[in-house]
Amino acid sequence: MIKETTIQSLLYLIVFAPLAGAILNGLFPRMLSRRAVSVIGVGLPFVSFGATLLALWGFLGLRAANPEFPFVTAELFQWIVSGPIHVDFALYLDPLSLVMTLIVTGIGSLIHLYSVGYMHDDASYARYFSHLNLFLFSMLLLVLGRSLLLLFVGWEGVGLCSYLLIGFWFDDMAKAVAGKKAFLVNRIGDFGFLIALFFLVFHLGGTLDIPDLREVVANPTSIFRTDTAMVTLVTLMLFVGATGKSAQIPLYVWLPDAMAGPTPVSALIHAATMVTAGVYMIARLNFLFVLSPVTMAIVATVGAATAIFAASIGLVQNDIKKVLAYSTVSQLGYMVLAVGVGAFGAGVFHLMTHAFFKACLFLGAGSVIHAMAGEQDIQKMGGLRRKMPITHATFLVSTLAIAGVPLLSGFFSKDEILFKVLALQPAAGPVVPGLNGLWFAMGIGAALMTALYMFRLYFLTFSGELRSHDAHPHESPATMTIPLIVLAVGAAVAGYIGLPHPRLNVLEHWLHPVFADGAAALVNTGSHALEYGLMGVSTVVAFLGIGLAWAMYRGPWREVPGRLHASLGGMYRTLWNKYYVDEAYDAVIVRPLIAGSRWIHRWIDAALIDGIGVNGPARVLAFVGGAARRLACGDVQAYAAALAIGLAILVIFVL
Amino acid sequence: MTVETIATTPFITWSLAIPLVGAAFLALIPRAHAAAHKGLALAFSLLAFLVSLSIWVNFDVGLAGFQLVEDHAWLPFGARYTVGVDGISILLVMLTTFLTPLTILSAFSAIDKRPKEFYIAMLLLETAMLGTLVAMDMVLFYVFWELMLIPMYLMIGIWGGERRLYAAVKFFLYTFAGSVLMLVGILYMYVKGGSASFAYLDFLKSGIDLREQMWLFAVFGLAFAIKVPLFPFHTWLPDAHVEAPTAGSVILAGVLLKMGTYGFLRFAIPFFPEAAGTFSVPILVLAAVGIVYGSLVAFAQSDIKKLVAYSSVAHLGFVVLGMFAMTHEAVSGSILQMVNHGISTGALFLLVGVLYERRHTRAIDAYGGIARNMKVFATFLLIITLSSIGLPGTNGFVGEFLILAGLFREALGGPAGFKGLGIALGVVAATGIVLGAVYMLTMVRKVLFGPIVHEENRNLKDVNLREFVVLGSLVVLVFWIGIYPKTFLSRTDASVKLLLDTYKTRVVDHRLGGAKAGMDAPDQALRAHLDAAAGGEVVR
Repeated sequence: MIKETTIQSLLYLIVFAPLAGAILNGLFPRMLSRRAVSVIGVGLPFVSFGATLLALWGFLGLRAANPEFPFVTAELFQWIVSGPIHVDFALYLDPLSLVMTLIVTGIGSLIHLYSVGYMHDDASYARYFSHLNLFLFSMLLLVLGRSLLLLFVGWEGVGLCSYLLIGFWFDDMAKAVAGKKAFLVNRIGDFGFLIALFFLVFHLGGTLDIPDLREVVANPTSIFRTDTAMVTLVTLMLFVGATGKSAQIPLYVWLPDAMAGPTPVSALIHAATMVTAGVYMIARLNFLFVLSPVTMAIVATVGAATAIFAASIGLVQNDIKKVLAYSTVSQLGYMVLAVGVGAFGAGVFHLMTHAFFKACLFLGAGSVIHAMAGEQDIQKMGGLRRKMPITHATFLVSTLAIAGVPLLSGFFSKDEILFKVLALQPAAGPVVPGLNGLWFAMGIGAALMTALYMFRLYFLTFSGELRSHDAHPHESPATMTIPLIVLAVGAAVAGYIGLPHPRLNVLEHWLHPVFADGAAALVNTGSHALEYGLMGVSTVVAFLGIGLAWAMYRGPWREVPGRLHASLGGMYRTLWNKYYVDEAYDAVIVRPLIAGSRWIHRWIDAALIDGIGVNGPARVLAFVGGAARRLACGDVQAYAAALAIGLAILVIFVL
Repeated sequence: MTVETIATTPFITWSLAIPLVGAAFLALIPRAHAAAHKGLALAFSLLAFLVSLSIWVNFDVGLAGFQLVEDHAWLPFGARYTVGVDGISILLVMLTTFLTPLTILSAFSAIDKRPKEFYIAMLLLETAMLGTLVAMDMVLFYVFWELMLIPMYLMIGIWGGERRLYAAVKFFLYTFAGSVLMLVGILYMYVKGGSASFAYLDFLKSGIDLREQMWLFAVFGLAFAIKVPLFPFHTWLPDAHVEAPTAGSVILAGVLLKMGTYGFLRFAIPFFPEAAGTFSVPILVLAAVGIVYGSLVAFAQSDIKKLVAYSSVAHLGFVVLGMFAMTHEAVSGSILQMVNHGISTGALFLLVGVLYERRHTRAIDAYGGIARNMKVFATFLLIITLSSIGLPGTNGFVGEFLILAGLFREALGGPAGFKGLGIALGVVAATGIVLGAVYMLTMVRKVLFGPIVHEENRNLKDVNLREFVVLGSLVVLVFWIGIYPKTFLSRTDASVKLLLDTYKTRVVDHRLGGAKAGMDAPDQALRAHLDAAAGGEVVR
């Protein structure tokens, strides 16, 4: 039996072990051998993961003794104290943050291990691990912060690490630009998040402390229950933050570019963990979000729209990482849809299964890119099944999982979301009747596309014959394949902790105390018959997508993609160019900002304020004083003397 | 406002005297001994820092009024040598004594023309800056205030760049014009206000009516607004920064600009609270405009120093915003942000100086890809950039957060008339955190990243030990304030509370139609009203 105080100590270890790694590898890159860098950089995340497992064990003990056991808090010091503001540096372990910590440290450790092989020849090996460890630290702060402000520290911290790692190979201008873009787009979201905090605290009388806030909100007489308009504003502003971090419309644009980073980074940060922060934040604040059905409907709509929008782009991309990037945006859309309809448990469930299969897919893609000596175009690949059996097998399992093939993890989690989209309604009735049906249709449509683009990717990469003659693909080393195998096993079986049966859904039970308040604001109109019926529907959809992909890229309809391309040229180009969203942002925001700032500098600052306002009077004086030039010699002493005389006159006048 | 403790050991006088003595020493040493000048200047400034640590240690966190006060007769017409520190000035005193040795150290390789005079000017400037911060007599204050101008003027005019004379004269005339008017104000208050002496504490009690307050606030305010500089009085700053040598820019941005914001908090607001209340709206608007304006204009710059100079306009907009939001956390954040700006902008100018010494250009386009060879430099520049754009965990975040929080609290929970405007100001100011990232990260990307396009950049030397020590010291503070700001905030708390209580009492008194702007202690009902308005709740 582990005591509560021990869990507190473990919390420090969980959070600060990766920080220690970041500092050691960051400060002493030249003093440490490559082996030492690896031991520190990979070992400390594993320490963190081990501590999380111990904390889980301890938490299970506490839950066994008291089924309603709420959370463990570890308070380290007072952070910002001024006037009425009091924010502690305190960590907060509850069932939700525990699940997230397991995902972050578990998958994080595996990806660190994988990186040993992947980054082996990189000149900035220590810097890489330092940044990756710093990311883990920031993500853990985000997850475990008890105060929303500490969560925000992690929130911006992961954004920083994302920036540093996307632009890791900074010699390449495009990569440096992509990193900057990620940071700036996220900052726009963070701006919304910060404003939301101020309204939450100073208008609604809330607090930044999450468990305290929950109590304030739970009070039936609180202003949160009456001022729905303000709650809607606050939650929408928070959601703006989520659209940045979790790459939703309209702020998703940074994520596809983020693929410029090393592939393990894409797996860890831009698939498994950081991008789920928005989903996590909404789930964390479920008790607040459910108070505004309008916000919830907007969240769900944005999620559903992002899911289908990004999936459609994924259908035509040829860069293996770009396909996976749009796939990630699309899958994040599912999670956002889930929390938007109030299916918080389902959202977290999909977050977890997605972490497994998408991390595995990215690492598999990394293994492929590694083997193809940097080639990322799937049109040049093919036939890798035989050359890279382990990569192939793990990639296939994960592809089946994301496509929603029965009995694999993605099937269960996606299905739970689709079911709850139909079943859950706000207790006060729907905001707009029929919305749930629309979301469901979008979700099914995205599911079909997911199966299609993923198997297109799979067939083009692994089956048939190799289409490039320069490459000599080979299987990757064990440090890379072991994580692949572990993740593939997870992608296969992780779904079994969320089986669609009231008594078998372990995850739902585990998270129930966290989401109880949120669930109370919703009614479940669904039945088991509906749920099992939907399983049949999505199974058909999955196999339909896979079948289409097979027919078009392996089977008899191989001319179809080409013909579609020819006959639907405009639509194809639109998809290929990602609906021209980047171009639109560039024209509407970026270029006007540049031109505007130049115009202000030139005309307002230099010409108006300085030219007319400041130097104007000076020139007039110089002109008037031209006659007196012989008296004044033009130096400062003379000016000072003149000013002093003037001053004396003024003083006499005043007196 | 009272005197809380009398100094048993005159630490403050020592800290004022040491640089002065150092300057005298340097003047006696022949020009040929360049190394001696450097070493002695550094030694004296370090000694002043050590003495200021004694001030820090002996500073009682719980006291609101002036501490370690020294008082001696000085001039025949009643001006006295009275000095002391309180929570408003202590952080700035430390910032000054901390930055000066670092600046002197940074100048070792940069200044080869007339080094003796340069270090003398630096030490004189330190005494003048410290004197301005600790003076408790208005004549003494004014003497130090004007004394700051001369070494700075010389620094730009002698050791500056190509257009140094234009920049120096502009700097001098612009700020001098402002401060001469302030002198008129000081004399007027002495004569007409019925002040018993030139003592600061007596000035606080002078009886001037609202009409007089208005123009006196305008006179003081203008002097301080120019110094800050508050938009649109800022155009002397980019010229001064671009032409000044690195050390001059560091001191100018690090300390001198704070004299404007300090002046508001120390003099303009407590002397003329009712007028400050009336003027606060236009000043808040100018501050918020300055944040966005400074950021946009910074984004348009092709010269790194100009970029940093305009970023100062934006950052000091935050500082002014905080002090005129008039809530505890906003004013504390404002004071902290003065220090933060001193650290981050000081460091930015030092970093630009490092580049300038190697390549003799400040054009952003002349660089690119230098992170490859200047790894330590790149790390420093990134950390300071993060501090400048207020990333959580760095000092900048704590200051900006407190300022915005205080502004929003005043807007959402304060007087009803301020609500719409307050929210608008807060939102506009908060866009500064996005725009700040835009221009800083764009600069970083252009300077540090991408391929090396200029051959000259291929073999640039990374920072040397001396530069490392200078920059490293600042980075330590970046994280210290970012992670454990309590060390610093706790020292300001009592004085900020007193300042705001006094301010609110008088302004509320005024708004309630008090016959005479309140010199009397507030009655119990008013006090209760104030306490309720201040809000006892704790935001976790």
